[in-house]
Amino acid sequence: MHIPDGYLSPSTCAVAYAAALPVWYLALNKVKRLLHTRMVPLLALFSAFSFVIMMFNLPLPGGTTGHAVGIAVATIVLGPCASIVAISTALLIQAVFFGDGGITTFGANCLNMAMVGSFIAYWTYTLVAGRSVLQSPRRVVAAAIAGYLAINVSALFAAVEFGIQPILFHDTTGAPLYAPYPLSIAVPAMLIGHLSFAGLAELVISGGLVAYLQRANPDLLAFSMRSADVQPKLAGPGIWRSTRALWYGLAALMTLTPLGLLAVGTAWGEWGTDDFANAAARQEILHASGNVAPPVAAPQGMERLSSLWTAPIPDYAPSFMHSANYGYILSAVLGAGLILLLFLLVSRLVFKRDSAGL
Amino acid sequence: MCAPSPVVGRHRQSRRRFADRFADDLTRALARAFDAEATSAQRGLLQGLDPRFKLVSMLSLILCAVLAQSLTLLAGLFLLAVALATLSGISPARLGQQVWLAVLIFTGVIALPSIVIVPGEPVWQVPWLHWTVTLQGLRSATFLIGRAETSATFALLLVLTTPWMHVLKAMRALGVPVVVVAILGMTHRYIFVLLQTAMQMFEARRSRIMAPMDGAQRRSLVMAAAGMLLAKSFQLSSEVHLAMVSRGYRGEVHLLHDFHARWRDWCVLLVALSLPAAILWSQR
Repeated sequence: MHIPDGYLSPSTCAVAYAAALPVWYLALNKVKRLLHTRMVPLLALFSAFSFVIMMFNLPLPGGTTGHAVGIAVATIVLGPCASIVAISTALLIQAVFFGDGGITTFGANCLNMAMVGSFIAYWTYTLVAGRSVLQSPRRVVAAAIAGYLAINVSALFAAVEFGIQPILFHDTTGAPLYAPYPLSIAVPAMLIGHLSFAGLAELVISGGLVAYLQRANPDLLAFSMRSADVQPKLAGPGIWRSTRALWYGLAALMTLTPLGLLAVGTAWGEWGTDDFANAAARQEILHASGNVAPPVAAPQGMERLSSLWTAPIPDYAPSFMHSANYGYILSAVLGAGLILLLFLLVSRLVFKRDSAGL
Repeated sequence: MCAPSPVVGRHRQSRRRFADRFADDLTRALARAFDAEATSAQRGLLQGLDPRFKLVSMLSLILCAVLAQSLTLLAGLFLLAVALATLSGISPARLGQQVWLAVLIFTGVIALPSIVIVPGEPVWQVPWLHWTVTLQGLRSATFLIGRAETSATFALLLVLTTPWMHVLKAMRALGVPVVVVAILGMTHRYIFVLLQTAMQMFEARRSRIMAPMDGAQRRSLVMAAAGMLLAKSFQLSSEVHLAMVSRGYRGEVHLLHDFHARWRDWCVLLVALSLPAAILWSQR
């Protein structure tokens, strides 16, 4: 599951880093807010624990052995945000110091295991465990299912990343440049191993550890719940302080809107029904689709669905604006404004409900 | 006089194998850490470079290996890695033992089927099995193994020629948040503490076992060890936290920077950064 360097293309790695960065930022900030001075020693020790757990060779029914990642255990004990940071730290040390997993693929490994794995484990555990008491056997089952699902969904993500490589990246002779197997091979190959041995190891260690902690140290199972309880309610200037950087980032992105005017042509796959009849547009589709000729006419389904909804400002060009460029910028301002307004309304509603509940 | 029971014999062997394997892993991790410390203290080309410049240069070279779309270029980068290792007092035999063999086995197993699975120009037919080896399959497998070997060699060179604390300080100098650097530093330290603790727990338990253990008992042993280790980790983190707070820690981490860049650091950085740019330009 630890993807080494050279298996994924630089662009896939860049996309994975881009997807992982905001999650790291938010997770780190949330953990810092919750734990303050406890954060560094707690996460360091838990990262070290995750690392050591990955070295445990677990005897499995049937006579084989397997290694667990400990995603579900980290999530159940620390909560998903701290688990993301702890497992990412363990993965970074494994990649840099022990050569297990790549450096260019570190973002993808964190995305698959630390992020997707943690959230899947968290949602599954909270859903299955429900409001059962800490010592309930239901929690053992919930932890086992959470571990099994987390490792398998992580493996599925890794398999998809492998499987898209030969479709997108090959040399002039047609030889795949990175992971060579298509989705039809990569997905079953990864899932067979994870649905059986690796998944079983994760299932046994997650369920077994929760069962052990219920008997020996139930306080640890309540730790993440306590952390969530002490989370300060954000209000007034607190909201502005905590989200200031994001607002600045959003403002910077909005000022970059005119960059879209530099792009030529239509985005791949965003063609309208008219484009299939237009010779220039057909040429563009042909070129963008690796010389695969588009259908002679717009597909029937597309034709039918396109009439369902007519946008008030089609193609970002309001009818009352003479300049298409100004229309584009006005559309961006209008769109961003509507989204902000919507979120403002939703947050008002949520805060009102929270204050009513207190 | 009496022949040993095959059942007991098998249990003994599996029990020994289970505990010994963990001991081997621990020994390997410790040996690697000591090795890295010793090699980084030697005199050599990479050891003499400023860690910040070395970190950026190695990352840039790893990126080159991932970017390269020509096998000749990949071979050139691999030879560069070997040359850098030799000039830094790291023999190819050691690289072979520490990285090449492991990567070859792991990636080789994954890459091998691709020589017959990837469709393309037939090169050879496997007798009896009638599988066709294709040129594209061979190229694809070579790319995968070549990239993995070259990148792993550059990554190992960084770790073998730079003390871990310097790698962390270099990361900080490159903008990695100070709190992340602090967590990484402490994690590295406590990995060895916890490995040692786990080893002692296994040893203590093993020395008290008189009868052979079956699979379920061994699973229970691992579970108990993992649970105990988790509880110990929490206890230790509380103790470390209190120790830090009592020494004035209030959530702010400060690191000392004592790196000094020289002209040769800039030269190495320039070469390392121009390489991926040149590769990108040539592959336009």
